[in-house]
Amino acid sequence: MKGNEAIAHAAIRCGCDAYFGYPITPQSEVIETLAELKPWETTGMVVLQAESEVASINMVYGAAGAGKKVFTSSSSPGVALMQEGISYMAGAELPGVFINVQRGGPGLGTIQPSQSDYFQSTRGGGNGDYYVIVLAPSSVQEMADFMDLAFTLAFKYRMPAMILSDGVIGQMMEKVVLPPVKPRRTEEEIKKECPWATFGRTPDRKPNIITSLELQPEVMEIRNQKLLKKYELVKENEVRYETSQCEDADYLFVAFGSAARISEKAMELAREDGLKVGLFRPITLWPFPDKQLEALAKGKKGVLSVEINAGQMVEDVRLATHGTVPVEHFGRLGGIVPDPEEIVNSLKENIKSGRFNG
Amino acid sequence: MKKEIIISGFGGQGVLSMGKILAYSGLMEDKEVTWMPAYGPEQRGGTANVTVIVSDERISSPVLSKYDIAIVLNQPSLDKFESRVKPGGILIYEGNGIINPPTRTDIDIYRIDAMDKAAELKNTKVFNMIVLGGMLKVSPVVSENGVEKALFKTLPERHHKLIPLNMEAIKIGGDIMQKQ
Repeated sequence: MKGNEAIAHAAIRCGCDAYFGYPITPQSEVIETLAELKPWETTGMVVLQAESEVASINMVYGAAGAGKKVFTSSSSPGVALMQEGISYMAGAELPGVFINVQRGGPGLGTIQPSQSDYFQSTRGGGNGDYYVIVLAPSSVQEMADFMDLAFTLAFKYRMPAMILSDGVIGQMMEKVVLPPVKPRRTEEEIKKECPWATFGRTPDRKPNIITSLELQPEVMEIRNQKLLKKYELVKENEVRYETSQCEDADYLFVAFGSAARISEKAMELAREDGLKVGLFRPITLWPFPDKQLEALAKGKKGVLSVEINAGQMVEDVRLATHGTVPVEHFGRLGGIVPDPEEIVNSLKENIKSGRFNG
Repeated sequence: MKKEIIISGFGGQGVLSMGKILAYSGLMEDKEVTWMPAYGPEQRGGTANVTVIVSDERISSPVLSKYDIAIVLNQPSLDKFESRVKPGGILIYEGNGIINPPTRTDIDIYRIDAMDKAAELKNTKVFNMIVLGGMLKVSPVVSENGVEKALFKTLPERHHKLIPLNMEAIKIGGDIMQKQ
């Protein structure tokens, strides 16, 4: 099945309570598949096409405030519209899952694949000092697997989690083993798990208030610091990454999502040409696996950050390695997906020009 | 075994669905598969293409620079993909409307007049199955049995009565391949 279809199947299976969304290429199969599967007849999950992305995200905000497992999906221009709501949710400490099946920008850009929302996703995206957890699947299987993981992390830390995919992974069909079925939580279970949620006031407790607004700066600073503490905890515990053939490698490709798949092939081709290349794939883009990359890149002759954008993650790669190895970027723009040979050629060019050590 | 295949033609010729049936056939035989479509305006009348990889092992990139097999169903597709067949690979082209036939000598080239055959059978809808049959004749990536299972899996039940017709088209495709 397609990556977008896998998202829909996995969401129902992991006990999701509601989906609010608005169609946009290349992710419309998410809502189409949900409509086809009719989960409201089986698990009772709500599926609603809102009038816009802004409406969708505010519906997510409301449902998340009630402790529900709720998600939305869109593609780049739609996710840009949602940023206000995501920022509010980060401020109000609400769990929720967002899927961005990226296409090229800026503006309406193109409907073809891109990874140019890396900055937006890993730097919060909206206003204020906040982050969201960003998971980058590189296969249809991971699209399915990350749905439950994203919810688990979002609820564990009471913060929004994002699955940052792109048109390649969303539209591609691959073999997939769907995750086991979890029932939706009962009202009692939600009350127990989410004592902060607004599920109607009972006489035995004070009212719960969900808001991101705090007019007293002293109190707001304390709230900000609480968020920062939480983010430190996430950085400590939730970094995920994968490596391939890095041990004997002279050069490293660093790539996420679909670019990592293409880079894997490029690594095979480079090795056929006698160039020892390894692949480092960050799975969490925030928190970025900086310590792990730093350790692995030590002593390498060069690191090539392969992205389907103009050079965004390369900044995190440079921060992680802070000048200890030469770091360059290779990418294609405008919805053009690089092919494996171009990546190998870029590596060779960097070696030939002396930017990488020979 | 790993076969990297590109199928390219006009939107509406059944390029994507041919790829889908091929990918599902691989799946039915427990192989690893990827199906990566060009999903843009191509689908709406221009040229469409799909990359299908069928392999016994884990597949890395769904996007490729070179292919083992190229199936091209119009002149623009032939122009684009002839140079991207690996040496020793296979190029299959639909003869209808081709002004400049392929010229490479380091690959196996086959011509298939599937459009004419489909018209002769008075069923243009089986055109893509004829082409698929042609490919399976020269490179049995999946078995006919696998294809039949894939058709049962991908076609809605109300169309299952058409499966024998499709399997017949697969056989005919094998018969009308012409080596250049």
